[in-house]
Amino acid sequence: MIRYVVSRLGLAIVMALLATLVIFLIANTVPGDPVLAQLGDVAASNKEFLAQYRAKWGLDLPLWERYFIFLKGLVHGDLGISIATQRPVIEDIAAYAPATIELATAGFLLSMLVGIPLGILAAVRRDSWIDHTARFLSLIGVSSPTFWLAFIMLAVFYGGLQIAPGPGRLDSIALPPPAITGLFLVDTLLEGDWDAFRDALGHLVLPSVVLAATTLGLITRTTRASMLESMQQDYVRMARAKGLKERAVVISHVLPNALIPVVTLAGLAYANLLTGAVMTETVFSWPGLGLYTFRSAAALDFPAIMGITIVVAVTYLLINLIVDISYALLDPRVLR
Amino acid sequence: MNVLNVALESKMLPPSSRTRRWMRRYGLASLGAGIILLWLLIALTAPLISPYLPDTVDVANRLQPPSLEHWLGTDALGRDVLTRLLYGSRISLMTGFIVVVVSAVFGTLIGGIAAFARGKVEELIMRVTDLVLCFPPIILALAIAAALGIGTTNTIIAMLVVWWPKFSRLARGLVIVQRSQEYVEAALVVGFSPSRILVRHIIPNAIGTLIVLVTLDVGNAIITFAGLSFLGLGVVPPTPEWGSMVAEGRELVEQWWVASFPGLAILTIVLGFNFLGDGIRDWLDPKSRRR
Repeated sequence: MIRYVVSRLGLAIVMALLATLVIFLIANTVPGDPVLAQLGDVAASNKEFLAQYRAKWGLDLPLWERYFIFLKGLVHGDLGISIATQRPVIEDIAAYAPATIELATAGFLLSMLVGIPLGILAAVRRDSWIDHTARFLSLIGVSSPTFWLAFIMLAVFYGGLQIAPGPGRLDSIALPPPAITGLFLVDTLLEGDWDAFRDALGHLVLPSVVLAATTLGLITRTTRASMLESMQQDYVRMARAKGLKERAVVISHVLPNALIPVVTLAGLAYANLLTGAVMTETVFSWPGLGLYTFRSAAALDFPAIMGITIVVAVTYLLINLIVDISYALLDPRVLR
Repeated sequence: MNVLNVALESKMLPPSSRTRRWMRRYGLASLGAGIILLWLLIALTAPLISPYLPDTVDVANRLQPPSLEHWLGTDALGRDVLTRLLYGSRISLMTGFIVVVVSAVFGTLIGGIAAFARGKVEELIMRVTDLVLCFPPIILALAIAAALGIGTTNTIIAMLVVWWPKFSRLARGLVIVQRSQEYVEAALVVGFSPSRILVRHIIPNAIGTLIVLVTLDVGNAIITFAGLSFLGLGVVPPTPEWGSMVAEGRELVEQWWVASFPGLAILTIVLGFNFLGDGIRDWLDPKSRRR
């Protein structure tokens, strides 16, 4: 087991290193000179100033040397300075991350709590109306463009019916709670401020529903398929043969085995939610990493784009690592 | 399905029940195929069936709600939403097909080579594949598209970079299964070259699964391209494109028609591909076939 964990960890570290190289190359071998883009025509026409500027940012060094400087900074948690906000990228990311974690976790819980029971029901009552409805719903969920779904939700529940709060994490006049964890739901609870808690919760509903829609479809379908697969196994036939009630067969024999693939998918889904909230956050003006990514991309803020891509790739790798290890714990056959 | 079943189905069932059975088996896929064909037809004939021109600005008639003159209303520049929506199908279908077909062909070849070559080559190819897969697709595509600059071609390139690995991984898995089959050994014994066996024998046998993935994936590619456009990276304005149309109407909650209809267009076309892919999967995989 330990050997397995160490080898997976080693692989993850190698992949993370390679990932930084890829990102570095993307940002540094783009067509078009970043210096010219940042300086403007007048400053760029001055040869001496141009050389000075290149020297200041180390842009006159060969590519590999720049990569090592970049890597050295990375080890010290230095992702560079954002051009747009003029702050260290790592500080920006730390400031924007909690909003995304809160949103992604809410969306994740929502899709699991609805998706798994729906998938189980669809498999147990195969070809019934529940099965067909679940299939139809998951197809709709997978096929809806997130940015459009977000707009429709806002237009209907905020603009039209006026039963949901607008974009953002809190009402525009409300002050954010004192930053303890940065997760508004947790911070307001710690403060015992129930009104602010309700406010934050209300603002979380629409974006987390939108974020959950795609994942919900995937979870439902995987659960259903995996359940159907397990239900054809011999040990299930055996359990039925010895006279167990169908409910007992499903709960204690089919489910534990059927949920293993769902665990893998759940990990990946959470990673996707954490990193894929760009659309949802943009439409809901949710001040998270997604919105930060969007703003950086729109402003061609390369230090920020590089920083966020690295953080996101490392998160992705980390979650995959956790999934692999928990998979090995759940299904010892993996180790052999 | 055995002969008896076929006989039962065609001879003994009353017509209504036969229709229902046909609907169950092919209904979803036919519906999907129908939706896709309809959009293809619209894309091909857009200039003929559109009531206006896609970029005629008419400020006097801006943000008109749906009416007899403008069935789906007008946008902030007074352009006809229906016309832009019909024209928008061209970009969406084109980018969807290009991204998926190019990366499917490339990925399949690469994955097939990996599975067939084994050893160091396989190791190298699969590590590169894993490397690309360790980035979330949207973020990597966003970074590359931002680096290359706004524009349809650049966005397609960015998407291609993140798109092929899943095909190479899938193709490798399929080829490994096929490689151990007897017909491959037979072909090797006869003295065919590995590349010939791969292209002429193995890939045709594994193509079914690939087709499902490709079909399902066109919808995926269309959504992603529209998403990048929505974020301002896809097409250059004023090109009529669904994602950027939603972006233009994003702030206009009162004038809901500007953003709603293009989004609905994306939903229907992607639903079409997903219906079709789901239906094909049911035929190919007898285990998941619905009775």
